[in-house]
Amino acid sequence: MPFGIEFDDIRQYIAPVIYALVIVAVLPLMAGYIVLLERKVMAHMQARMGPMRVGPHGLLQPIADAVKLLLKEDITPKNADALMFWLAPLLSVTMALLAYAALPFGPAFQIADLDVGLLFILAISSLGIYGIVLGGWASNSHYSLLGALRSAAQLVSYETAAGLALVSGLLLGGTLSMKGLVEAQDSQGVWFIFVAPFSFFIYLIASIAETNRAPFDLPEAESELVAGYMTEYSGFRWSLYFLAEYANMIVVSGIAVTLFLGGWMRPLSGVHAHIFGLPYELLDLLPALIFFGLAAWCTKLALRQGEQIQKMVMFLFVGLFVVLGAAMAWSLTSTSLMPGIHGAFWFIVKVLVYLYGFLWFRFTFPRYRFDQLMKLGWQFLIPLALVNLVMIGIGIVLAQQFLWPLSLAMIAANVVTLIVAFWLVRQGDKPSIVVLPAEDELPAAGPGEIR
Amino acid sequence: MDQTRNNSTAEIETTVLGADEIILNMGPQHPSTHGVLRVKLKLDGERVAASECIIGYLHRGVEKIAEHRSYQQFAPYVDRMDYVAAVSNGLGYCEAVEKLLGAEAPPRARVVRTILTELQRIASHLVWLGTHALDIGALTPLFYCFREREEILKIFEKYCGARLTTHAFRIGGLQYETYDGFEEEVKRFCEDFSKRIEEYETLLTENRIWLGRTKGVGILNAADAIALGVSGPVLRASGVKWDIRKAAPYAAYDQYKFEIPVGKNGDTYDRYIVRMEEMRQSRLICLQAIENIPTGAIMARIGKVLKPPPGEVYHAIEAPKGELGYYIVSDGTTQPYRVRVRPPSFINLQAFDKMARGSLVADVVAIIGTIDIVLGEVDR
Repeated sequence: MPFGIEFDDIRQYIAPVIYALVIVAVLPLMAGYIVLLERKVMAHMQARMGPMRVGPHGLLQPIADAVKLLLKEDITPKNADALMFWLAPLLSVTMALLAYAALPFGPAFQIADLDVGLLFILAISSLGIYGIVLGGWASNSHYSLLGALRSAAQLVSYETAAGLALVSGLLLGGTLSMKGLVEAQDSQGVWFIFVAPFSFFIYLIASIAETNRAPFDLPEAESELVAGYMTEYSGFRWSLYFLAEYANMIVVSGIAVTLFLGGWMRPLSGVHAHIFGLPYELLDLLPALIFFGLAAWCTKLALRQGEQIQKMVMFLFVGLFVVLGAAMAWSLTSTSLMPGIHGAFWFIVKVLVYLYGFLWFRFTFPRYRFDQLMKLGWQFLIPLALVNLVMIGIGIVLAQQFLWPLSLAMIAANVVTLIVAFWLVRQGDKPSIVVLPAEDELPAAGPGEIR
Repeated sequence: MDQTRNNSTAEIETTVLGADEIILNMGPQHPSTHGVLRVKLKLDGERVAASECIIGYLHRGVEKIAEHRSYQQFAPYVDRMDYVAAVSNGLGYCEAVEKLLGAEAPPRARVVRTILTELQRIASHLVWLGTHALDIGALTPLFYCFREREEILKIFEKYCGARLTTHAFRIGGLQYETYDGFEEEVKRFCEDFSKRIEEYETLLTENRIWLGRTKGVGILNAADAIALGVSGPVLRASGVKWDIRKAAPYAAYDQYKFEIPVGKNGDTYDRYIVRMEEMRQSRLICLQAIENIPTGAIMARIGKVLKPPPGEVYHAIEAPKGELGYYIVSDGTTQPYRVRVRPPSFINLQAFDKMARGSLVADVVAIIGTIDIVLGEVDR
């Protein structure tokens, strides 16, 4: 080869660059469509239609929103710290995107398989809090400041619980490499959610809290703090915060999927069923069938569209799904490409399922109050995570040293954790008696007295 | 107030930290002040040290307008006070003027008035529930509530052509006969509605987060409630069994059986439970009334030009938000000499400081929501 470039060099240096470009290019679009999905899911749960105007069934809404946000005036408040005000959203979005470097979308599709992948992601996504705190501080507004402070406190508290939950996954996998964790689940033949359900449960709650989503969306609690740390932001900078939030959601989902839900592995990857003497496994046909089904459904919808342009847009989506389905079907014939493409498919499907959980919580639950949020974090999740970690450790020791079957050891460990969980809930329900300050200690307020 | 309280809210002792107090202005433009209420909060950390409600942003001089309008002409104006429960406002005014005239609406009119007013109570409580839940962060109940409210508004629209500011009643009775199928529609709504209430309750009543956000928040004890002149569900949630529909029956309420739900602790959760139960009772009243609407005239013979004899009258009804009173002074001309309105929201809002002091900022929105104010009525 010319210039002394070898094929291995390309694999090593060029491929990650291409992956990175793909992620940076596709992610904003994906975030936009997750917003559309969120609005649609919310609408259907609330007996309404959601966006219907821009494109058929609102399919072009994310693009319209993006254009609107880019064209909007970008206001910097007069008393804001201009440099920090400019820097904060950039920091937020950079940290969110950096975390993708170690996230394995498939056995091949990973920018860098770091030895300390999980630690790297955790570290980077924790840095994102600087964007929020600096933004809230630089805005020079009470609402922003309160929102930022809440955010910082919340992130620090829940990071602990999330970290402890992840450690039990590490114990089971025996590695910090994101790729290695999936391979460990593959070789042990079981997703870690079934071995350590409490770890998954704790991480689920903590990850919602970490991404500031409802019911833990206090930093941007609309009814109290208007828009929290984002109150003074508008236009492009506001959309950067928005992008960072959704990117972070995908990151935490990615971690959960990698650690607990088998990463890029197909569901029932141990089952090898063939039909009609086809050389392909039944379940491997599923991705292609799903896309063709979606294409058929879109065709049906397209025929119903009244206007020509709407019809065209809908057929565009039909085309997209047909191409994706064909890619899925074609990749079956190639043993070298199949794991990569199908792996990415399953990974994204699992991430979407996890994200759907996020949305579902958001539309179902009221919002926690700040002290309740802290109480849940420190008095329930962290003790539970600690107990869970110890029990998982004991379970592993039982399985490895005393040669118990893994399933039996883990059932025993989890039952103990369950009992502790119940005990903690009971403890939390016990009212703690607090003496309020006598009334005359509180300042009196008559009309016009508060200045 | 040297008392101990089973209250998780008081756990963070912010005073220990000695943080500086900050003044936070909520409103008049704020998503959860229900219009243009401005609340000035003195905050000690996140705890409310003192609060002050600043009102008047929506003042339109409704009472003054009355002095330059004839009795009939003023009737549509009262709908603009509590625009969430316009029918109830109209009922109070019409009955007050009827009392002044010494006239009485015919039985059929009284029963139809009762049905529409009770439907309006349900609609008003639905708006309260939806927005209150939204303030606390539950997005979905709002849409469910508005779905059912839509059905009620459709009935109003079919009856009198308007949905919000209905002007449904006239002094002396009703302007319009009920439309064909009125009974069936009301009945169908009421029968469906019990399931709908269950639906809201599944989302909220036993939800741990909802319990945490409402139990022990904004406590108002019975003595304070009476001293402040609070009325309606807020008073009843504090454990005072006072409902003008029972105490001084008007319209056709003496004919129907219903319960007055009463709370125990006077906190936000009790007010929620009381209002939920009130919706069920309103539904029962509607079902009883719809079974047996008397036939006959819908308008009393009171003449076209109303000239009440000189004198004064006070008439109060149980509006969805509390005691809605009209004090009318007549000087014997066609225009009232003075109309004074006792709006429930205005008086209930006085309890805000009592409820909010010592609670957290997040509770303030819950407390504003639980008082169920409509600024049109507060400011008039």
